[in-house]
Amino acid sequence: MSAAVDLPAARAPRRTLRHRLADRGVDRMLWLVLPATAFVIVLFIYPFIYGLQLSFDPLKGGPLANYKEFFSDPYMRGTIWKTLRLGLPAALFNVLASVPVAYAMRGKVRGKRTITTLLVIPITLGTVLTAQGLIMYAGPQGWLNKVLTGLHLVDHPVTLVHNYIGVFLSLVITGFPFAFLLTLSYLSGIDPALEKAAATLGAGPWQRFRKITLPLLAPGLAITFTLAFVLAFSVFPSAQMVGKPSGSTRVISIAAYEAAFQNFDYSMGSAIAMIMAVIMLIVIAMVMVWRATLYRGSTGGKG
Amino acid sequence: MATTTPDLTLDPTRTPTPARRRRGLSILLWIVVGFGFLNLLALVLSVVVDSLGTAWFGGWLPKGFTTHWYSDAWHEFDLSSVLLVTIEVAAAVVIVSVLIGVPASYVLARRSFPGKRILMLLFVLPILVPPITYGIPLATLLYSWHLAGSMSGVILANLVPAVPFVILTMTPFIEQIDPKIESAARMCGAPTRVIFTRILTPLLVPGILAACILVLVRTIGMFELTFLTAGPTSTTLVVSLYDAVFSAGIRANQSVDAMATIYTVSMMVLLVIALRFVNPTQLVTRVREEPTE
Repeated sequence: MSAAVDLPAARAPRRTLRHRLADRGVDRMLWLVLPATAFVIVLFIYPFIYGLQLSFDPLKGGPLANYKEFFSDPYMRGTIWKTLRLGLPAALFNVLASVPVAYAMRGKVRGKRTITTLLVIPITLGTVLTAQGLIMYAGPQGWLNKVLTGLHLVDHPVTLVHNYIGVFLSLVITGFPFAFLLTLSYLSGIDPALEKAAATLGAGPWQRFRKITLPLLAPGLAITFTLAFVLAFSVFPSAQMVGKPSGSTRVISIAAYEAAFQNFDYSMGSAIAMIMAVIMLIVIAMVMVWRATLYRGSTGGKG
Repeated sequence: MATTTPDLTLDPTRTPTPARRRRGLSILLWIVVGFGFLNLLALVLSVVVDSLGTAWFGGWLPKGFTTHWYSDAWHEFDLSSVLLVTIEVAAAVVIVSVLIGVPASYVLARRSFPGKRILMLLFVLPILVPPITYGIPLATLLYSWHLAGSMSGVILANLVPAVPFVILTMTPFIEQIDPKIESAARMCGAPTRVIFTRILTPLLVPGILAACILVLVRTIGMFELTFLTAGPTSTTLVVSLYDAVFSAGIRANQSVDAMATIYTVSMMVLLVIALRFVNPTQLVTRVREEPTE
């Protein structure tokens, strides 16, 4: 595009710095990225560095006192395990459940738009309505337990809320639509001609899915899993409302919030936030390493 | 394409067993999905029924029906001012994030320059990191700048994920607009300003609209950042809902339910409007679909 503009300059014996920069794509147009870059640096990178520095400046003790305290206290340390125990299975479930549904929805399906809308609508429920709904519907007096005891499937009402299951269910309700949307989007990006070619060569439906679609979809699924895990990782409100915030669902975000805004120990709060970020990055890095072993090519679905 | 080559596997005379098995599997799948959806519907319904009932102790349905919980909730939680704050915050976030994000995504879509990959990473990070992680240091900073607890603090905090979100949705959208159109306009002698107002803007409007609505939905639903930075006069609907649940000791459960219903209905309206503009399957990859309608 810029070749026509640069032509006179190329003929000139000495090219100015501006022209040489323009050759590499640096020109006045780049000013347009400046506001966004400045914004992200001031409000994201700077607070992060500030938090990192604050975490090494504890209220009492040496620079590492916050981290020592966190990892020596089993109640604090345990929050990492509790978060992963909720977040990883929930994200995995959402991704794995969305694959068959999206697979059935690809191509031309009657009422595709309506079904997609219905499956996406739960995004709007919000954590509070989901939590209230779970407490009302799946609670000991709720319709679900009434039906189950009425049909003599169980003798006593099942406890589904104020424990691990409650938070898990709420993560599935809020996270599934999102995972489904992404998976469907990646799946629609795969050229249907490939599957048809495989069918012509005699591959059955299972073989076509296993050998053609899944390998092409896997990189996209890695991205979906990462984003689903980010969502499930900050389970703060639902862990408070439908979980047992002092026990089995005391996730790390609750510990961070309590340290910063209930005990007003911003330094400890920042330290826990940094630990969260490190865990998050480790999980993302592991997924990305796995993704790097997968097929990368010009066919869709790779994200 | 499907009309020219007959789909062999669907032909029942050739391969009857796999075809039938596939049909059975897909019916099973839709039964499972339907069952899940039914439960979800009942879950939502139980909140709505409770918000409309007088008192509900253990029976299948409440004793009587009333709408007074809605007017109660409206006055008790001062919903008119909360809604006003929510709309103001969301509108400000949408406008600023589009103004900052769209020019950046234009450059990212059209140019390659040194450091572009690092810049892309910079814009992906705020989406990959959970909000509460950067929210805590950000809120601490905003408090020390005396911005937190006010509307501007809430808007600034919500912009942090919104700007990268606009960039990430707009960049692929701009990439699929043919750059030859702009070059042609330039060849015909249009100055940059005219190219921008007469050529680019009309082409960008659908994408910007989609990004706006998605940011709007995300901002209204964003709990953590607003929760960490809001003061008494700057709480949005989600946060005041959460507060209502936790100060519920003196309040009737039904008014919380009424409020949650108001929240969900308004979000649903927004999302349904959004889905009229955006094809949800094309959010991350833009595929050329065969004309179906």
